[in-house]
Amino acid sequence: MQKSETVIGSQPRYSTRSRPGLLRLDLAKAFTRNYGFLIGGVIILVFSLLAVLAPLLPLHDPYDFDLTRRLLPPFWHDNSDPRFLLGTDKLGRDLLARLVYGARVSITVGLVAAVISGVVGTVLGLCAGYFGGRVDRLVMLLVNCRLALPVVLVALAVTVVVGSSLEMITLLIGLLLWPRFTVVIRAATMQLRDREFILASRVLGCSNWHILFREIMPNLSGTLFVIASLEMANAILLEAAVSFLGFGAQPPTSSWGLMLADSRDFILFSPWLVAMPGIALTILVLAINLVGDGLRDVLEGISREKF
Amino acid sequence: MLQYIARQTVSAVFILLVVSIAAFSISHLAGDPAAVIAGENPSAEQIEQIRKTYGFDRPLYQQYLSWMGGALRFDFGTSYHYHQPVATMIAERLPVTLVLGLTSITFALMLALPLGVIAGVWPNSLIDRIALTIAVVGQAVPTFWLSLMLISFLAVGYGLLPVSGSSSWLHYVMPTIALGYYALPTLMRVTRAGMIEVLATDYIRAARAKGLLETQVLVKHALRNAIVPVVSLASVQFGMMLGGSVIVETIFAIQGIGWLGYDAVLRVDLPVVQAVVLVVAAFFIVLTWAADVVNAILDPRIRLS
Repeated sequence: MQKSETVIGSQPRYSTRSRPGLLRLDLAKAFTRNYGFLIGGVIILVFSLLAVLAPLLPLHDPYDFDLTRRLLPPFWHDNSDPRFLLGTDKLGRDLLARLVYGARVSITVGLVAAVISGVVGTVLGLCAGYFGGRVDRLVMLLVNCRLALPVVLVALAVTVVVGSSLEMITLLIGLLLWPRFTVVIRAATMQLRDREFILASRVLGCSNWHILFREIMPNLSGTLFVIASLEMANAILLEAAVSFLGFGAQPPTSSWGLMLADSRDFILFSPWLVAMPGIALTILVLAINLVGDGLRDVLEGISREKF
Repeated sequence: MLQYIARQTVSAVFILLVVSIAAFSISHLAGDPAAVIAGENPSAEQIEQIRKTYGFDRPLYQQYLSWMGGALRFDFGTSYHYHQPVATMIAERLPVTLVLGLTSITFALMLALPLGVIAGVWPNSLIDRIALTIAVVGQAVPTFWLSLMLISFLAVGYGLLPVSGSSSWLHYVMPTIALGYYALPTLMRVTRAGMIEVLATDYIRAARAKGLLETQVLVKHALRNAIVPVVSLASVQFGMMLGGSVIVETIFAIQGIGWLGYDAVLRVDLPVVQAVVLVVAAFFIVLTWAADVVNAILDPRIRLS
């Protein structure tokens, strides 16, 4: 281990690394020390694996219904059927299979909506922060207008006019959840705008688009991921809410929100039908939020060099 | 000060205008509102008739101006389904939602402020960790699921509270919890962060050095400064509750403005839908405007910037 000496003031300081700076090992340590990030990450990994591998898993067909075996209770009840571990819903469909396939729906909706809103919001934020002036005022006007709109109501109204489907609601959610991206990216861009490397790029004759997307945006990728995780969680909750109200995913799709809507009438005698999709939603959203928070903590730690 | 208020007012008016255009254009997103209203398998004459009756054959800007002109006079047209003036329907339902929203934000504040202050005064303590855990979990629970669970446990399971309707104050207990819990985490976090930041300042040090009681330091000096962002956040959350009450009102059968919007969407009652979106957005804009003004009063640095 080579020791290099840095003199600050009159006190010599010894760094035990042969070259200073951020190593990948330090990043890994920072991430693994954050328990929230670890727990959330594991949960997301499990859910994603289940979602992706669903067709290959030994599950019942989530669409296969049989009214003779409807409303069977889960395995911890007395009169449960060992074939259906978590019971069946009102049409006799296996709840476990529907939950796993519901994960596919939620995760897909979350990812796609996060990407769409991320693209829209980042472009708007970059332009507002970099160009300033009228562009900035226009973008902030758009942000304030979107924030003033009642999101759920607008989503419902648009789906009734244009037609409700899972694809439609995903696109719609993506087009509704961009303000946070815009506001944060705008603030971060404003901070970077006056740095020397941007000045240098301008002096070198780089075009604005190059500066925006090849110089500024890569520096914001960490923040982007933090916000993307938050908005992905929001998107999943919003899709579930809209599907619950009947305007999102249409039957027989296994959306968790739709499952909750179906089981609403059976809340007295089959409360597990209502509890389980909700628990699944809560755990997934919780995991995503934990990962996002963990990412944010690590990013803050990096900027304060506290790894 | 007046200059600041004037600037905020102009900005609010602009936002309201753009929002009204957005609300108006919802009906026209599919191209022809008459086809949307007509329902299943309409004939060409039916669509044409609908178009003439409701004035969809006029140019777009004319439709917008006539609607907006009426809206500014609180005349939102007539409901397609109920054949009542939309303004009356909104006026009947709005107070219910306002009451629900007020109780919800009060409930959220009553829990968030003490928790946030305690968490801020003793960061990384057991209470802080519990509070943060509650915050993180609370943000992940879907509103509609919590409502159903509340009904399942409190109303159906133990018969403590009525399931739906809005005739007595008991009916508002579960909806208040269901609507208010989502604002809790944000409010608590902001209070906590504000307290931590304020308690590290020099003037708090001076207050303690002066020999003031710790309660005086906390309430009279620290809290008063930390509360400033919480005020505007609370009003923003209240505004969001007005719009987000759709789910809660539908589940608990409370006939507020959120329920009205949902019902109108179900029946493709376009004038009501447009009016509800506009009214809720207008409330939100006014609330944020008021929050800005209050902030400027409380913190002179804002109005002088």
